[in-house]
Amino acid sequence: MNELHPSVSHLREDRLPHIWCPGCGIGTTVNTFSRALEDAGYNEKNICIVSGIGCTGRTAGYVNFDSFHTTHGRPIPFATGLKLANPDMKVVVYSGDGDLFAIGGNHFIHAARRNMDMTVICINNFIYAMTSGQAGPTTPLTATATTAPYGCYEPSFNLPYLADSCGAVYVARWTAYHVSQLVKSMGEALKKKGFSFIEILSPCPTYYERRNKLGEALDRMSFYRKNSVIRNGADTRETDIEYQKPIVLGKFVDREKPSYIEMMHQQMQATLKDRYVAWKGPNG
Amino acid sequence: MRNVVSGFLDMVDEGRRVTADPKGVLTGAHFIDGDHACCEGALAAGCRFIAGYPITPSTEIVERFAWRIPTVGGVFIQMEDEIASSIAIYGAAWAGLKAMTVTSGPGFSLMMEHIGYGVMTETPSVFVNVQRGGPSTGLPTLPGQADIMQARWGSHGDYAIIALSPNSPQECFDMTIDAFNLAELYRVPVMFMMDECVGHMVEKVVIPSADKISVVPRRFTDARPGTYQPYEANGTLVPPMARVGDGHRFHITGLTHDERGYPSPNPKTQDKLIRRLMEKISKNASKIYSFEEKETDGADVVVLSYGITSRVAAMAIRNAKKRGVKVGSLRLKVIWPFPQERIRELAGCAKAFVVPELNMGQISLEVERCAAGKARTISVPHAGGTVHEPEAIEQAILEAAR
Repeated sequence: MNELHPSVSHLREDRLPHIWCPGCGIGTTVNTFSRALEDAGYNEKNICIVSGIGCTGRTAGYVNFDSFHTTHGRPIPFATGLKLANPDMKVVVYSGDGDLFAIGGNHFIHAARRNMDMTVICINNFIYAMTSGQAGPTTPLTATATTAPYGCYEPSFNLPYLADSCGAVYVARWTAYHVSQLVKSMGEALKKKGFSFIEILSPCPTYYERRNKLGEALDRMSFYRKNSVIRNGADTRETDIEYQKPIVLGKFVDREKPSYIEMMHQQMQATLKDRYVAWKGPNG
Repeated sequence: MRNVVSGFLDMVDEGRRVTADPKGVLTGAHFIDGDHACCEGALAAGCRFIAGYPITPSTEIVERFAWRIPTVGGVFIQMEDEIASSIAIYGAAWAGLKAMTVTSGPGFSLMMEHIGYGVMTETPSVFVNVQRGGPSTGLPTLPGQADIMQARWGSHGDYAIIALSPNSPQECFDMTIDAFNLAELYRVPVMFMMDECVGHMVEKVVIPSADKISVVPRRFTDARPGTYQPYEANGTLVPPMARVGDGHRFHITGLTHDERGYPSPNPKTQDKLIRRLMEKISKNASKIYSFEEKETDGADVVVLSYGITSRVAAMAIRNAKKRGVKVGSLRLKVIWPFPQERIRELAGCAKAFVVPELNMGQISLEVERCAAGKARTISVPHAGGTVHEPEAIEQAILEAAR
């Protein structure tokens, strides 16, 4: 009976219980992330988690790595500075859809364009959950939210298409139901050089499902099970999410491109030759 | 060799100082402007990371850094905006580097949230603001000094920072080193408040050899992994730091936090934390103050100024002396913390203070507060765009002496 939870070494036990609601999918994704790290065999010293603000933003506070809870929308530029200063670190941005794509949208597109060396994991629950359910850039058309009480009439982002068109080298979408696929996908994303991106659709029973009368968390998981269409390699122009319609999941992009750090060294070396003093982190 | 660093380091324990890394020190006599000198000061201080976004009149600082850093060993990145720049430097700082960002008014406004984040997380950093006329886009190519209160109070919440104001290219070099040293000593964002005139003024700048420059390296914790508490100050007010990758597996947040760095949203933790963040500056203020005082003994009038305005005021002071006025001067090199004790003392002797500045009277209010009615305070405001006419300051001195 003394068996420990397999993720326990990756969690700050002294911070538990967490603040996430019963039925929330964020914890499930943290569990899959932990398993992906375990499978990949990373040295825990070299993992760094950077979060913004919001429910998913709290992830940084629960994982037992060097971890930063930054400002709203800004985990990507923080992670950029950190990665460039210590390229030995495996830098993972773990944040929500509002944080990464509303207030932080500009940073996302530029980090993808640069092919900056980091993995971005976005938990998309379709609303701002920490502030109790306002509409955001991922809220599907016609869904209701506290700030869209008569139904949302703004088109939403198709996140895989956005990441793809900005240059990300790895783009996938799963849901909190698809744990085995997620573990594999996270492992692949972590191994990529450059900018990798995973969108994870998650229940928010407290604010999204309840307000839209979509049932309990279990009903949402059941919806994801029944309405997911796995199409690896799908054209990301066709991965829009429509309210309560089938959702395309899968690994959409997996390509090779030189990363920001590789291109920086290459260009400097070509121009400055032996005058170039490459910064390779505190350990050289 | 002249004593680089404006004297702050005399206050620093020998144990905290080392000599500069010669790789970043461009020893020699140069004929350069304040922006270029600031960049060289940063390199001499050990700054190895700048994230910036172009903005007049500060851009030459990042241009020079982009040119210089690949042969020194470090990173420059031009970010997508000033918000990104002002937090990328914290990422670099927690990875162990000395880091700075550079901007002017509109960009400084965008950075305000991250000044608060830097204060709350106690991240050593330098924010250079080459001030231009404002508000808004204002006067992009022309000088101002109207961001002085913003530097002190611009982010939300109660906090304390340090702000410096150089008045020559030489000081842009010397005092950028001071800015980095103070940032490390007190684990605080330091505002380096230049102005367009000082930034674009070309003068002789002497850069000594590296062994003549003292720098304060990062103080890392010697705690064993698993025992480190990021905000345990042990009565010193300034806790030692860790950096990523060293195995401490620490957590940093902008939320109100306890010694472990964990969020702890309650009034007791808030009170303890905010008091320490304020006190690490206020209780060390006498070590941080730096001002240049001339002929204030027996003066009837004291002209208090800073930055480019101090050089215009010098002429007004000379002329007023010729007309028989007993006038002295006090030039602030450190503006925040404000040397209130000295102002109070002078208020007990002089009849009046004259405070010229390229704003509508920001520091004059601070002087008036400290003088507390014991001496008059005469503001000589200027909306910016150029410097004062020396005659305007002279007139104020004559009026003050009456």
